[in-house]
Amino acid sequence: MAIVYERSRGLTETEMHFCPGCTHGVIHKLVAEVLEELDIIGSTIGVASVGCSAFAYNYFACDMQQAAHGRAPAVATGIKRVHPHLAVFTYQGDGDLAAIGTAEIVHAAMRGEKITAIFANNAIYGMTGGQMAPTTLLGQKSTTSPQGRQKEMHGSPIRMAEMLATLDGCVYTERVMVADPASIAKAKRAIKKAFTLQLSGAGFTMVELLSTCPTNWGLSPVEAVGWLKENLVPCYPLGVYADKAEQKEATR
Amino acid sequence: MTHEIILSGFGGQGIMAMGKMLAEAGMQEGLSVNWLPSYGPEVRGGTANCSVLLSSEPIISPLVLEPTEIIVMNKPSLLRFEPQLVSGGHAFVNSSIIEIQASRRDITAFYVPCLDIAQELGNPRIANMVMLGAYIEVTQCLHAKTVEQMLAHLFTGAKAGLVALNKEALRRGAASILKAAC
Amino acid sequence: MAKELWKGNEAVAEAAIRAGCRFFFGYPITPQNEIPEYFSRHMPEHDGVFLQAESEVAAINMAYGAAGCGARVMTSSSSPGISLKQEGISYMAGAELPVVIVNMMRGGPGLGSIAPAQSDYFQATRGGGNGDYRTVVLAPATIQEMTDLTQEAFDIADIYRIPVLIVADGMIGQMMEAVEWKQPKPRKLPKKSWATDGTKGKREHNIISSLFIDPKDCTLHNHRLQQKHDLITQHEIRFEEYLTDDAEILFVAYGTTARICQAAVLRLREAGVKAGVFRPISLWPFPEKELYDCANRAGVKAVLCAEMSMGQMIDDVKIALGGSKSVHFFGTGGGTCPTPAELTKAAQDALEGV
Repeated sequence: MAIVYERSRGLTETEMHFCPGCTHGVIHKLVAEVLEELDIIGSTIGVASVGCSAFAYNYFACDMQQAAHGRAPAVATGIKRVHPHLAVFTYQGDGDLAAIGTAEIVHAAMRGEKITAIFANNAIYGMTGGQMAPTTLLGQKSTTSPQGRQKEMHGSPIRMAEMLATLDGCVYTERVMVADPASIAKAKRAIKKAFTLQLSGAGFTMVELLSTCPTNWGLSPVEAVGWLKENLVPCYPLGVYADKAEQKEATR
Repeated sequence: MTHEIILSGFGGQGIMAMGKMLAEAGMQEGLSVNWLPSYGPEVRGGTANCSVLLSSEPIISPLVLEPTEIIVMNKPSLLRFEPQLVSGGHAFVNSSIIEIQASRRDITAFYVPCLDIAQELGNPRIANMVMLGAYIEVTQCLHAKTVEQMLAHLFTGAKAGLVALNKEALRRGAASILKAAC
Repeated sequence: MAKELWKGNEAVAEAAIRAGCRFFFGYPITPQNEIPEYFSRHMPEHDGVFLQAESEVAAINMAYGAAGCGARVMTSSSSPGISLKQEGISYMAGAELPVVIVNMMRGGPGLGSIAPAQSDYFQATRGGGNGDYRTVVLAPATIQEMTDLTQEAFDIADIYRIPVLIVADGMIGQMMEAVEWKQPKPRKLPKKSWATDGTKGKREHNIISSLFIDPKDCTLHNHRLQQKHDLITQHEIRFEEYLTDDAEILFVAYGTTARICQAAVLRLREAGVKAGVFRPISLWPFPEKELYDCANRAGVKAVLCAEMSMGQMIDDVKIALGGSKSVHFFGTGGGTCPTPAELTKAAQDALEGV
């Protein structure tokens, strides 16, 4: 019988802990496939963060480090400075990257640190049980914004792909979603491009992936995908926000 | 033999450098040495002081609380450190800008117009070296030659021309003491 | 070898480079700025990396990443900055990563002062961050000793896979003294087969982590750490005694304070009072047994703990002596040094009280 699908060699056989319908598994798969396709599983070091992404070190087959909450870009910086020729990526959620780790991600991007940040944005804290994230939508209810997020009280959602794109050292940010086969294929292309740019020494790269959290959104997996498209996408428009490597070539 | 020295003045008068020269020269002559700056928030033109210990014995405490000598390059320094001087100690006073005299009778003060001499030599920034020459002449804690040899190592390349100037400053400082003694 | 005049902060940096450290991550804070400045000038000569981080928090986490790759790495700061590093130190202790951290202590709490202090003793010797862990803490009293201990610190960190703190104070950082660069006695260092340096497809992936989500695993991990701590306590205690043989008053002090105590000892002896100093060099592991033996020699009438703090090491002194001797205390807090005169009087008072 012909093999039509198999697990990427970029993943271990460890069973993932994610809830049913959660798209973290999809994102893991995409990153693993990119590592495999670029033939860099053996020459990549990943950094897991804190949140639902904490156990990423068990799932990726490459060498892994687990970082304190928000500090993954700093840890990745230390790794990259020791091993400039290896690929280094962080895998971070919205609380990790856009709240507690804001300084670390901004400064890694500012330095043009040659790493790739995989940023899963599902607009909520998953692991800790559905608290408000900096990316939670206005009006969206969470366990720490039971009346819904209010602009006057909590401020407005933070758009990291746009924000980091303003920094010279940040050569590539793109926001994608993992909601259907077409968008997942596109997401994979973005991840591959980010790693390729990193390996070429271009600078800091980040892919922001709009993803689902059916459990804490209180929706079924299918409903969650619909909610993502109807609500997250209008607030977080998909697209490329920085692609400076191409600009460089264009001016040549 | 132990010399416990406090050097003090305005920032920019070369206080720290003068102290380091003493410590470096002392070390080269086989003495135990310690150089300790007072440090504070970075302010241009603030006060600067440091202490230097030169001893034929191992140095234990780095604190200089009762100096055997003070080198004071401005008036506030004289007012502050003269009371701390041990009885029988020596004060080296930059008389070019300090118009008052030391008040204690149980100490010996040496008034060195080091800024005037430096200006005669064409460079007011070497007033500290003039003072250092005077200090060494009085205390004989070091050989002037050691300091002169250090200058040759310190100023090389484009700065080599400064060696002669600094040597001259040291000599003029020493000579000012001899003249005063006459 | 010839002696050279070195400033403490620069000497500790040079000693690190000589010990093979090629990665330094730091953030400016007085009174230790010459350390990152020195590395920034000299790391390039050794193909090393100096990186000024966006914060102390980032710096220690960069050190985590580099140490996880098997590199010899250093970070430094002064008290408030060391507080910020505690998160990373706890994670490194948990993930068993070797690192050498310098703390040029200044007065606290909070922003405190920038003058020399020893008030981070609790923080240094009790772990400092969350969780059940220790860091090796070495406290030099001279610049020569600081350079010698820096080499030892890197070896200890590698042998036991543990963070090592070098704690000095602003005075040691700022002062200049003669240094003779010594060839350290070589120690057998384990291979870093745990390091993340790419599997190259030849081995299972390595994981650097302090996370043990199953409490049973975490309990086992803690027991393993404790065994390591016990081993360090057996092998890495360092201390020095100064004129203790016939002492009737015994100072216990470390770092700069110990030197000032030694000056007080000479004054006391001139006045006919037999005094000595017991100086812990490793603050953790603390030389408990050694101090007990020293303080319980026939002649010792009183023990006087002196610190540039309001009383922190005194807890360890009391634990070590187990009530066998009354312990007196003299402390200065916030950035002032005790004077030999003050210590002399404190010793005389302690003896009168016996």
